[in-house]
Amino acid sequence: MFYQEAGQFSTRYTQDHRVFRLRQDRYGLSTLLLFAFVAVPYLGNDYWFSAILIPFLVLSLAGLGLNLLTGYAGQLSLGSAAFMAVGAFATYNVELRVPGSPLLLSMALGGGVAALVAVLFGLPSLRIKGFYLLVSTLAAQFFVTWALTRFSWFSNNSASGVISAPRLEISGVDLNSPVGRYLLTLAVVVGLFWLGKNLVCSELGRNWMAVRDMDTAAAVMGIALLKTKLLAFAISGFFLGVAGALWAFTYLGTVEPHGFDLNRSFQILFIIIIGGLGSILGNFLGAAFIVLFPVLLSNLVALLPAGLIDAGQIENLQKMAFGILIIVFLVKEPEGLARLWQKFRERARLWPLRY
Amino acid sequence: MEFFFEVLIGGLLAGVMYALVAIGFVLIYKASGVFNFAQGAMVLFSALTFVSLLERGVPFWLAFVISLTAMVLLAVAVERAVLRPLVNRSPITLFMATLGLSYVIEGFAQALWGAQVHGLELGISDEPLELGGMLLSQFDIFAAVTAALLVLALSLLFNKTRIGLSLRAVADDPLAALAVGIRLQRVWVLVWAVAGFVGLVAGLLWGARLGVQFSLSLVVLKALPVLIIGGFTSISGAIVGGLIIGASEKLAEVYLGPVIGGGIENWFPYVLALLFLLVRPAGLFGERAIERV
Repeated sequence: MFYQEAGQFSTRYTQDHRVFRLRQDRYGLSTLLLFAFVAVPYLGNDYWFSAILIPFLVLSLAGLGLNLLTGYAGQLSLGSAAFMAVGAFATYNVELRVPGSPLLLSMALGGGVAALVAVLFGLPSLRIKGFYLLVSTLAAQFFVTWALTRFSWFSNNSASGVISAPRLEISGVDLNSPVGRYLLTLAVVVGLFWLGKNLVCSELGRNWMAVRDMDTAAAVMGIALLKTKLLAFAISGFFLGVAGALWAFTYLGTVEPHGFDLNRSFQILFIIIIGGLGSILGNFLGAAFIVLFPVLLSNLVALLPAGLIDAGQIENLQKMAFGILIIVFLVKEPEGLARLWQKFRERARLWPLRY
Repeated sequence: MEFFFEVLIGGLLAGVMYALVAIGFVLIYKASGVFNFAQGAMVLFSALTFVSLLERGVPFWLAFVISLTAMVLLAVAVERAVLRPLVNRSPITLFMATLGLSYVIEGFAQALWGAQVHGLELGISDEPLELGGMLLSQFDIFAAVTAALLVLALSLLFNKTRIGLSLRAVADDPLAALAVGIRLQRVWVLVWAVAGFVGLVAGLLWGARLGVQFSLSLVVLKALPVLIIGGFTSISGAIVGGLIIGASEKLAEVYLGPVIGGGIENWFPYVLALLFLLVRPAGLFGERAIERV
């Protein structure tokens, strides 16, 4: 009743091509953004910023990076964490070696370096497909962690490759407080999601989806496979690189190469499976789930009588619950949480009628 | 030169251990088209069950039988809960399901038996043996012989029994196999159980070497490049791949390591596999896919 398109007409093609055609969607999104930028900094406390909101935003961005590659372009990857690591260390090095480089520029450069590395490991994708491609991305995963630990130049000769965040400051505004870090993360994430949404609605996005659905057919239709696949790797690498820089500097503060190990790659893959492959909104839903689920689970266990579940078992339980959820999602809702939201929207349009 | 051969043969023997894990993959991939990432977790689960039973005073053979039964039950559960509902879905979906499955099995194994490291003594001393002037690990030779026996048993099962015939039929063409009355689901259970058995053998050998602990499930990452080189569908490919990876890894560690730094064994097999792939995109023995639009 409240959520319907009745009476909203497109009188120009540009209106018809808008990302959010419904007035309710546009207002809803604006309200949400306003809430996130203005209200949340007043309402939230340090725990919420540091432990929940910042990792949630960064993981959403990382999910978007992998989703562009896996969900849209159909190239399976287990090397996401490696590209995040490259982004983080490249940003660190730009900040270190180019004095006075603005923070956002360093991050963009870090993302650019990650994009280059991603292209390098994406090169075999033209010749090898499917599971065989996993090898290439796993090679990236292990090689990058090894190289960052082995060559101490990357971490400015610090012990065991640990790097610490530079001062977070944009044109004189100090952003080192939890609220500042939250706002910085939010601004970067919102900007990149805007870019990502527009990318997948563009010609490039349609090419990606054609390649995903069947790359031989796409090639027959005249889509340049090498260019399309490498662009997917490059752009995904850029997004992941920026996410890595944010993870290292706004969330953790200090990070070592092993913070970006294979488990992080799995985590990001789970975000997009749970959230929804080939969906922009799904990244947020999946990341929220991944961040909140362990918190929820440990709270639930705390509710049980003491001694019923050993503290050491929580981790195992969490692991099992995650695995079961992954399987349940793949069986029941292969398109993830985003699909549930879509179903809800369709129902809301017709409410209170059934159909 | 003698040193070179010593390293080479040591590497080949180590490669047999990789091949053992890879064979489990190949069995499942051939029969059900599933790239089973949970094979490593199965290795961990079976070895952990075995060693925990052994520590509780269960005799060797009984522990082996119980572990094997556990793997059969696991195969039945997997077929019911994962394979059957996901039939006819894309291979990527099935792969991700096995990723979830590996989390479930790892969590379950550790919740059940604890996360501490268990020593496993198979009664073979790990003293080096001198053969023709070269020092070779006695344990590695034992592992190689076990692997050879296992492959022999598997090839007998595949080629000389009725069950093997149906397994090969399903691997060849699942639809045609269904049409002649082979029960696909039963074949899946069977092949997962056989893979569980291979996993148990691999788990015992690896466990005796590294200690039975969580890192056992990471042997899956060692087996992956082996599979890539050998191709997903060939048992002999898995063995050849294992030998290539084992030998080149050791040689690289000895000759390349001093030049670019140690610890390269994590990524070197992958780069090697990548080079192989660029020449032969379906592995050495894999079936070449023909694509139609």
